[in-house]
Amino acid sequence: MTELMQAEYVPLYFGALAAFCVTVYVLADGLDLGVGIIFLVAPRDQDRDLMMASIEPVWDGNETWLVMGGTLLIAAFPAGYYILLPAFYLPIMFMLFALIFRGVAFGFRLQATQFRLVWDIAFSAGSILATFCQGLILGGLISGVPVENGMFSGGPFSFLSILGILCGVGLVGGYALLGAGWLIWKTDGATQVFAREIAHAALILTGAMMALVSVWSALTVPEVAARWFAWPNLLFLAPVPLVTLAVILSAWRGIWGRAEARTFILGIALFALGLIGLVVSLWPYVVPRHVTVWDGTSDPQSLAFIAVGLVIILPIVLAYQTHAYWVFRGKTVHLDGGYGGGGSGGH
Amino acid sequence: MDAVDLARLQFAFTIGFHILWPTFTIGIAWFITILSAMWWRTGRTIYRDLMRFWLKIFALGFGMGVITGIVLSYEIGTNWAGYSRSVANVLGPMFMYETLTAFFLEAGFIGIMLFGEGRVSKGAHFFACLMVSVGAMFSATWIIAANSWMQTPAGAVADADGIFHVVDWWQAIFTASFPYRLAHMVCASFLTGSFVVAGVSAFHMWRGQHLAASRKAFSMAMWLALVLAPTQAFIGDLHGRNTLVHQPTKLAAMEGLWDTTKGPAMTVIAWPDQDEQRNLYAVEIPHLASLYLTHSWDGEVQGLKAVPPADQPNVPVVFFAFRIMVGIAMILLATAITGFVLRLRGRLFETRWFQLLAMAVTPLGFIAVLAGWTTTEAGRQPWVIYGHLRTADAVAPVTAGAVTTSLIIFFVVYNVLMLAFIWFAGRVALKGPADTSPPALEHPGIDRTNAGLFDSDTSAPAIGGAQQAGATS
Repeated sequence: MTELMQAEYVPLYFGALAAFCVTVYVLADGLDLGVGIIFLVAPRDQDRDLMMASIEPVWDGNETWLVMGGTLLIAAFPAGYYILLPAFYLPIMFMLFALIFRGVAFGFRLQATQFRLVWDIAFSAGSILATFCQGLILGGLISGVPVENGMFSGGPFSFLSILGILCGVGLVGGYALLGAGWLIWKTDGATQVFAREIAHAALILTGAMMALVSVWSALTVPEVAARWFAWPNLLFLAPVPLVTLAVILSAWRGIWGRAEARTFILGIALFALGLIGLVVSLWPYVVPRHVTVWDGTSDPQSLAFIAVGLVIILPIVLAYQTHAYWVFRGKTVHLDGGYGGGGSGGH
Repeated sequence: MDAVDLARLQFAFTIGFHILWPTFTIGIAWFITILSAMWWRTGRTIYRDLMRFWLKIFALGFGMGVITGIVLSYEIGTNWAGYSRSVANVLGPMFMYETLTAFFLEAGFIGIMLFGEGRVSKGAHFFACLMVSVGAMFSATWIIAANSWMQTPAGAVADADGIFHVVDWWQAIFTASFPYRLAHMVCASFLTGSFVVAGVSAFHMWRGQHLAASRKAFSMAMWLALVLAPTQAFIGDLHGRNTLVHQPTKLAAMEGLWDTTKGPAMTVIAWPDQDEQRNLYAVEIPHLASLYLTHSWDGEVQGLKAVPPADQPNVPVVFFAFRIMVGIAMILLATAITGFVLRLRGRLFETRWFQLLAMAVTPLGFIAVLAGWTTTEAGRQPWVIYGHLRTADAVAPVTAGAVTTSLIIFFVVYNVLMLAFIWFAGRVALKGPADTSPPALEHPGIDRTNAGLFDSDTSAPAIGGAQQAGATS
């Protein structure tokens, strides 16, 4: 097994797996962060109750993929972990603070009778800030981080870039689109109408920012431009933006349609395309332009040890996470038990 | 303060805050699992009422544990890059396995545990509770395996750059101190949990409300405490003697023992003066430490001076933290035994001063856990990997200003969270379980007006109803 892990293609599998974990995280937590982003815009308290109830049973599982991403990084690509995390110290810390407030809001909001608005704001502002910080990290990653002697060598604000801010705004739009798509699917009545309305705005923001981020990174990061515009890459890569445009148009036409899952599914497709674009821009680096997936992997015996667990356990994890979604399938109804100490005593 | 001290302070604060929640939820999850099983097998509503009640408190604590845990999984990289670089091959996989086997298991079933009752069968609900409880145990197992490797490293060798490479996974996971530390921590969680259940139940008994449910829970908790308190003392003794063998300097700091001594005395209390390398104002019992450490009258125990002062931990911190932990253990043991004596005399549920005592000791388990972790973590210093990597070399290239900023925010945010938790969980706890038992069964002589009241609104927070249930049972 250890010998097997020394093969040249092994880092590719682990790189693919890391990309898979990031994708699952972005899509899963994206939908519940998205619900948080549009939370305060909802017109009525009943909408907010329903919105929260629709993600309550699953948000914890979604957020666990963030931990999975972090621990997979240290286990499989330690160089990525110990260079990138200090490099993005402030945005990571503020993302964590934001996730804290939004996480406790789930429990405390339903308990609160007087200061419910405080927890509404904590939940929504936490969702927006966490998303924006993730965008800052993404933009900083594309721009690159300063590295000397195999360690991060910049200052506390070297993460900051215009690209990061653009990515932050874009990600807020993208998650809002996922959240609105989720609500169109999972709710009905007035809440669903609200979700359809907000999906329009989110889609415009997402499309505009995707275009802006693509153009800006091509203009300011020469390595990215070289990757996309070199011949024959241009030929193979041209479909990515074209398909993206088609998906956006299709989503635009479908928001008020009868296929209620359509907006959500097209939102997922949009994120998948964005991630493909990201991989094209950054491949084959763990730390852009410094550490490749081949240099950055951990020992073969460590990879062998985690490979066993990943092959056996990850499919089981995916199975029962899907099951958890299945148990709470269909239109969301207000939930009893658990956090619901406030009014619902016990039925 | 320099960046190292700030990073240490931030990590100590965030991990100390975090450990409170697993301590609480590991024990309570199993309590809920037992209640769910009893409700499933017996169909007695008292178990369902208790289960729903403790689920509400558990939900708040579990959420706190999740979010404060996510912080740690990133802080190891943001603040301790040197450490991550050195140990990633060894501990990275353990952290990943914790996520894979524990966090996902908990997250996958917590929704069903909290909101699934009524949506899934009773058996399936029990299974979900069981999976969350098992997940919490897996989590404790992996993280304590990682911590124990830092205390008593084995199964890996460091290269010239100070990077560890695993040679034997079995040895790296099952290190010398791992079984003792795991048993000690899990037992501490159950013990703390049982005194939380006892304290909350005692409050309701004291107020004369929800008597049937509270007595049931109080009785279960006191039985558990009676078994666990002596067990914990026994495990603690084993753990101490394991430390004597593998981390003699830490043990010497716990005992306040400066010189290597044959047949050392037990220092009950003293002020360990690190500059002068001796104890001031010491109160000692001759030969006692020799008896419990070496199980002989004249056993030799290594003192702190066996290593240079630069390799010693902060002795007063370790010394007093250890005494706080042991002192609380004594109080809890005495409380458990007192409860047993009262039970034998048939006065467990009526003795008012004992109800007040049970309420008073409710938070002590948490303080003991913090003191115990302070003992073992501060006692490991100045090493982060005992004998291999100094804490000062483990820090990340992050400026003191950035760490100060995050530390201040953590301090404010966590204190706000703690107040909010105490406010909300306290409100739920003090309100007590709803009584939804069918009135006809438990109130044989009830008059028609009251029976109607019970029938019409079983969903109300039945304080009045529960009082009557208690009064007649």
